[in-house]
Amino acid sequence: MACGMFSTLAWLGSDDVALLDVEGLSLAINNIPLLDRVCLSVEPGQVLGLVGESGSGKSLTALSIMRLTPRGARAQGRILFGGRDLAALPERQMCAIRGREIGMIFQEPMTALNPLQTIGRQVAEGFRLHLGLSQREALNRAAGVLARVGLPPESIPLSRYPHELSGGQRQRVVVAMAVALEPKLIIADEPTTALDVTTQAQILRLLRRLVAETGAGLVLITHDLAVVNAMADHVAVMRGGQVLEQGRAAEFRTGARHPYARALLDSSRYAPPRRAPDLKAVTLLEVEGLVREYALPRRNPFRPAPRRRAVDGVSFAIRRGECLGLVGESGCGKSTTARAILALEPLQGGTIRFDGRGAANLSGAELLAFRRRVQMVFQDPYGSFDPRHKAGRIIAEPLRLLPDLTQPEARRRVAAALEEVGLAASDASKYPHEFSGGQRQRLAIARALITRPDLIVLDEPVSALDVSIRAQVLALLADLQARLGLSYLFISHDLGVVRAITDRVLVMRDGQIVEGGETAQVLQAPQHPYTRELVTAALRLDRAVSPQPDLAS
Amino acid sequence: MLTFALRRLLALALTLAVASAVVFVVMEVLPGDPAQVMLGTEARPDTLAALREKLGLNQPAPERYLAWVTGLVRGDLGMSYTYATPVTELVRDRLAVSLPLALMALALTTAIAIPLGAWAAARRNSVVDLGIMGATQVGVAVPNFWFAMLLALLFAITLRWLPAGGFPGWSGGLWSGVRALILPAVALALPQASILARVMRSSLLDTLSDDYVRTARAKGLTEGQALRRHALRNALIPVLTIMGLQFSFLLAGTVIIENVFYLPGLGRLVFQAINQRDLAVVKSVVMLLVASVIIVNFIVDLTYAAVDPRLRRRA
Repeated sequence: MACGMFSTLAWLGSDDVALLDVEGLSLAINNIPLLDRVCLSVEPGQVLGLVGESGSGKSLTALSIMRLTPRGARAQGRILFGGRDLAALPERQMCAIRGREIGMIFQEPMTALNPLQTIGRQVAEGFRLHLGLSQREALNRAAGVLARVGLPPESIPLSRYPHELSGGQRQRVVVAMAVALEPKLIIADEPTTALDVTTQAQILRLLRRLVAETGAGLVLITHDLAVVNAMADHVAVMRGGQVLEQGRAAEFRTGARHPYARALLDSSRYAPPRRAPDLKAVTLLEVEGLVREYALPRRNPFRPAPRRRAVDGVSFAIRRGECLGLVGESGCGKSTTARAILALEPLQGGTIRFDGRGAANLSGAELLAFRRRVQMVFQDPYGSFDPRHKAGRIIAEPLRLLPDLTQPEARRRVAAALEEVGLAASDASKYPHEFSGGQRQRLAIARALITRPDLIVLDEPVSALDVSIRAQVLALLADLQARLGLSYLFISHDLGVVRAITDRVLVMRDGQIVEGGETAQVLQAPQHPYTRELVTAALRLDRAVSPQPDLAS
Repeated sequence: MLTFALRRLLALALTLAVASAVVFVVMEVLPGDPAQVMLGTEARPDTLAALREKLGLNQPAPERYLAWVTGLVRGDLGMSYTYATPVTELVRDRLAVSLPLALMALALTTAIAIPLGAWAAARRNSVVDLGIMGATQVGVAVPNFWFAMLLALLFAITLRWLPAGGFPGWSGGLWSGVRALILPAVALALPQASILARVMRSSLLDTLSDDYVRTARAKGLTEGQALRRHALRNALIPVLTIMGLQFSFLLAGTVIIENVFYLPGLGRLVFQAINQRDLAVVKSVVMLLVASVIIVNFIVDLTYAAVDPRLRRRA
């Protein structure tokens, strides 16, 4: 047998017969091999964490089990589920299994629901399809399921449309659809990746409760080792389409056997070595009472449009050589704050002082001089590069801010910036798509460095990166800061990253800063209730998802 | 939903007001003397003065505009100079041909395009898809009057199933009227249906790769069920936009097609009125066409809101 060892181990390790046994699953799409003899086994009532970096084949494995692989896919191997080989089942029988015996939860709650149908109908559809119920009966059952996932019809009627719900509520609807018919197996593909940390904890807690209540097996696919730690009974590590290691979660946490699994664990905990901040350093940026308001669409044509304060009286200071973290959940105003500081958005109030001089609402030459000294790195470097420009041109773009620079000097600077971030000077002639995700973020950093700025604003710079790449970029950022004496404003929703790289941290909520202080201290002993919730959800996830208090209800 | 409809209705009224002003200015104020235009450059001064008096051109432009608009609102479009009958009557008779023709063409367009586009998308890259795409390519490329001639050649002259032209009127029964409109409607519809089928196909292909279709499949729906219950309605949104735009093409298309088939419709009326410089008719019919396009767009907007719940909240 292709995968003797793992499945035999799982077999010997428990009295239960495995619910799902994937044996030697290989998959090629248009003759490009993507899965290589994958073996997995899931037992009833247990959670299998399937971890790996992007492109490792986790999602394809899940889609193969569901037989929902993209067109042009060819699979080999066996997928044993309830005594049948799903790989060999006719499509019609597979349709009877999907949704009924195997439920699937997807990553992106914003797009996983049909925008034109009420949530009631979407959940009811499974009942109509598999049990042949009438619309009314099916809606009754749907109401029950939605109540079970924390959306009681009294507060969230069945007649709501997906766009009327928050991201967390939508993901509950997706969960409700997957568990409606009490399937024996649930496959959740990155179910919380698109959610805020506090919402993530709620959804994970819900999944754990449903597994306990129904005795279903759960395959939890994630790139986030904290999620696996908090949830999984067994862990399987994938890379390059192969399962490298499968075993009990407890063993995995303490001593993963495979070197790659160990490296993954190490990267996820990585904190670059950093010098203690110089407390006597001068203040570089000082922000006082920042206000940014948006006009909302008019409700009444005869009254002024309602306004929303995205940033509401924010004040802070950054010293030279310091890294200040700004954390908060999506929509709290952290990116707007950054854009306001960079003079990318007009202000409705407050003052900004940079290096002792006023820097709010600048224009003309003063603005250019300011831009030269304050640069920015975005979350999605690919989106911020013109795909038709070569790397050299992308990096050289900010040099317009230095009109006196000669051509040879500009070329020297581009080469130096590339080498500074660990790329080669010859990479200047490549296009963005020729770089990997991590290399692109290095390019973005090189672009920010080229004007030799004093302050770099980093907006979620490592959020889209795999853990191993993230560790490399964090190391690079720490190294650059030490060598060049840079100051960073580091915006992130990820408290683990903030803990690794910042000296001080500000916690933002609804446009206001609710708490600030030394990073270690704030994360160790949070004072504000919101910070406490955030810290628990992010850094003590295992405790946050324990079945006891259900914050959702 | 009601506020949405009211806001749209307000926008509709405003657009109509602006459109009527533009039509009036272009027709009566800009090029000089309408009476001169009607009679030609060799007209005698006294005939010209008489016509000016008769048309009320000696009054100031704002007053004439107001009179015209109030007439429009009451359904009085003035007198035709060449036909010597009220324009309202003229238009009513012609509309009895053109409106059924445009509606039949639109219904045909939809009935051909949506199933065909959906079929091609469901069988993408198959022989069916290739065949449909090839046929619609031809349909887009070939002008509708040429289709009209081919259709007449085949169905009227060779097979003698349908009349080659002319219109017997509705008094002889519904069928004889409809029969006369079948070939023109098909000729009008084919190019439009080809465009719409292609739009439908690509729109459905987009929605078929959307996440919620995968979700539906994970619930246990077959590929066909997921397509019909989830992808199709989402795919119709861009199709509606194109359909709204096509309606004005259909109206414009009637000018040519009515001439090919010798139908006494609005298109022919406008064609003749322009030739005979009958400004009262041209002005009113142009305004009517503008209004119908605006109203169709209003209906499309309402249909949007009916299809897409996300639009009901917004203005």
